[in-house]
Amino acid sequence: MRRSLRNRRILSRSALPRISSGWQGFDRRGISLDILGSFALLLALLAAVYAIGAGVAGIVSRKSLLTKSARNAGLAVFVLVTIAVGCLEYDFFTDNFSMAYVAAHSNRALPVYYKFAALWAGQEGSLLLWTWLLSTYAFFTLLVNRNKHPELMPYVGVVLAGVQTFFLSLNNFVATPFAVLAGADPSGVMRLSALSDGHGLNPLLQYPEMVIHPPMLYLGYTGFTVPFAFALAALLGRYPGEKWIHITRRWTMIAWCFQSVGILLGAHWAYAVLGWGGYWAWDPVENASLLPWITGTAFLHSVMMQEKRGMMKVWNVWLVFTTFMLCILGTLLTRSGIVSSVHAFAQSSIGNWFVGFLLLVFIVCFASYWKNRDYLRSDNQLDSLVSRESSFLFNNLILLAACFAVLWGTLFPVLSEWVVGNKISVGPPFFNKVNIPIALFLLLLTGVGPLLAWRKTSFDALKRNFAWPLLGGVVAGVVAVIFGFRDIYSLICLILGVFVTLTILSEFFRGARVIAARDGSNLVSAVGELTMRNTRRYGGYVVHFGMVLIFIGIAGVPFNKDIQKEMAIGQTLNIGPYSILCQNFDRIANGNYDSERATLEVFRYGKSEMMLYPERRLFLSSQVTETMVAIQSSPLRDLYIVYAGRSPENGEPVIHAYLNPLVKWIWFGGIVVVLGTGLAMFPNRRTALVLRPVAEQAWGDPIPATASPVGAIAHRGDARD
Amino acid sequence: MKVRSKFVVGSSIIVLTLVSLAYVGFTQSKTYYHTISELSALSGSTLHQRMRVSGNVRNGSISHVSGGVDFVLTEQGKDLAVSYVGRDPLPDTFKDGSQALVEGKLRPDNRFVAEQVQAKCASKYEATPGQSAGAPQPAQSSNTVTERSSTN
Repeated sequence: MRRSLRNRRILSRSALPRISSGWQGFDRRGISLDILGSFALLLALLAAVYAIGAGVAGIVSRKSLLTKSARNAGLAVFVLVTIAVGCLEYDFFTDNFSMAYVAAHSNRALPVYYKFAALWAGQEGSLLLWTWLLSTYAFFTLLVNRNKHPELMPYVGVVLAGVQTFFLSLNNFVATPFAVLAGADPSGVMRLSALSDGHGLNPLLQYPEMVIHPPMLYLGYTGFTVPFAFALAALLGRYPGEKWIHITRRWTMIAWCFQSVGILLGAHWAYAVLGWGGYWAWDPVENASLLPWITGTAFLHSVMMQEKRGMMKVWNVWLVFTTFMLCILGTLLTRSGIVSSVHAFAQSSIGNWFVGFLLLVFIVCFASYWKNRDYLRSDNQLDSLVSRESSFLFNNLILLAACFAVLWGTLFPVLSEWVVGNKISVGPPFFNKVNIPIALFLLLLTGVGPLLAWRKTSFDALKRNFAWPLLGGVVAGVVAVIFGFRDIYSLICLILGVFVTLTILSEFFRGARVIAARDGSNLVSAVGELTMRNTRRYGGYVVHFGMVLIFIGIAGVPFNKDIQKEMAIGQTLNIGPYSILCQNFDRIANGNYDSERATLEVFRYGKSEMMLYPERRLFLSSQVTETMVAIQSSPLRDLYIVYAGRSPENGEPVIHAYLNPLVKWIWFGGIVVVLGTGLAMFPNRRTALVLRPVAEQAWGDPIPATASPVGAIAHRGDARD
Repeated sequence: MKVRSKFVVGSSIIVLTLVSLAYVGFTQSKTYYHTISELSALSGSTLHQRMRVSGNVRNGSISHVSGGVDFVLTEQGKDLAVSYVGRDPLPDTFKDGSQALVEGKLRPDNRFVAEQVQAKCASKYEATPGQSAGAPQPAQSSNTVTERSSTN
């Protein structure tokens, strides 16, 4: 490391010649991998561009050798980007503060796992992570399907390479993570330089979840590229039949699952780190991650309409397109800072690139749709208002309404400035007013929809399916009112939650009873058998149940309490059933931060229950203060305690205590959702029995409708089988 | 087409309900952005809007008074006296010289009563490259808060 230079300063990246910056590398002691990383990124871009060119040429000329080399180029992109990521990580682990990005986001005292996570602490690294995860998806897509769908895959490869080209251009020319530091020496000659220690990682990010939350969310964002590629490819290539929709559905489920996990981890991080007692604030960046999740959810439902009834083809294609465009929009909002947010980055011109790319994507999508719109003609019409189809239509309608409302509210400051020249923002009341009724209606459909038959449902069937669950919900509601439950939305949520849970249970029970009666097995093993025979349907029910748990958790919000008090040693604070005794205040120091800490003893109904230690940390390298919340979580309620600093008047420590009921249900519901999604992706047992032409079996993607497990449940026939 | 028209009617009811809810929520929570220099030019009903104003906390201006915190925001040479009356503790990043975004209403005596304060410490993590050059267009017009966030 060179430490002797005077006039050390960070050069703005635009002033550095990008790739050639490494030319003076020989000047340095120690190993720096910035040159290798830069070249790997540049080669990756070339490979991606080649994959487009050779792919298109292969499609036009029908030469399989060209197609093959395009695919291999697509695979090579992943290897090259992986090398670049490895280089940057190496520089983080070796504290190479001659690299601008490392110096800006790490320091020597940083724990090693945060050095690893510092890769995505800033603009350049986050975009590199985006590219890398995208190339990982592309790699596996191309690898898994290398011997399948010869008519479809060349198009898929081209679309994937196109998206990668955009992001690699950003990595290479707009936000290169491999910039090195330099300064002028006394004679005015530019020399490479290095800092003796880095600026450190933003303390807000020094939290275990920050190690996995961004990759999870990005796996969601990037994952939606794969369904997009298949949809666009099928449309461009006019791929016959509905096959593409099965692959697309599967990849959408993977991306959807990661997106769900990412959103929930983000909410948990906001809850556990930001110290304001809540987990969702309708912040633009939170909204940005929710938007593709909503349209992805809509697609996962409406895709069944196309599989079973050949309907809504145009709608589905546009849902996939929209989901992808919302992912790009989300990245734009997160990265450009055009909408103010706690997550927003330094303003940069990167937004223009994203806007341009979004426009390009839209034009390509629209043109290929317009040219091939006859390919998407619907096979069937809606038969009845009380049918599975119409429940899906309503489901999609209100999901799209929710998406539109969130998008509108998020972009309103930007839109209003364009239209009336005045920047106007809307707050949580707007989002809550619209989205709570939507969410409750969705919850209702979650219970009703799966029990309606395709085409038309008779009144008898309705009565048979819904009488008991509905009764259960109403009883739960009445009991809740008797116990003093008064918040109307929470009450509706509770009633619907019980109703949906009972319909799901009755579905499992009825299916299992049929199997148990036939095979003579017991009910429990019959449930397992039933689930494994149609993983998609019963996995879907598990996901629905997870959503019910999340809804119940959210319904606890109106019952939140909080109290703030100055507390000297020996004083107590009362909240709900708890009283909190202040035992001590002390200071802790380690190399990374100094901390002020309160020692609190928590009593419940007079009995000592636990100790809690809320803290305030001063991070030394950045001189930033952070609140460390102490949370005691139980299924019924969270006790959430913030050390809010010392009172300015008398120097007494201030404690802010929150009592948040049912929050844990949200995180637990999230786990159930993930398990359910995993189950739904599991291949069905006994698919070999399915009578389908051999050509379609080669797909390796069982079509659950035909594998319908319990034909004995006669009242819910599949229209086509 | 009977089913179809039923569906259309149902959808219209849903959409209209949502639009009216959205309108109510919008009027309750819309907030205007203004710069400090614009505040003196406001008149009539615009004076009573909810608004957001940003600026830098003037060094040494933070004083804790009973019921809240008073401080002065400055931007481009103009000052705005602010009283924070919210319940939540001020953010850790709120201190002398930090960038703050206050949300609330203007009192007749030109003191700003803030219910919410967001603060961002002066840029430490990002070297904010290309700041003078092509910053994104929507956020750069005259009446815009230029927020140069450095968190995350």
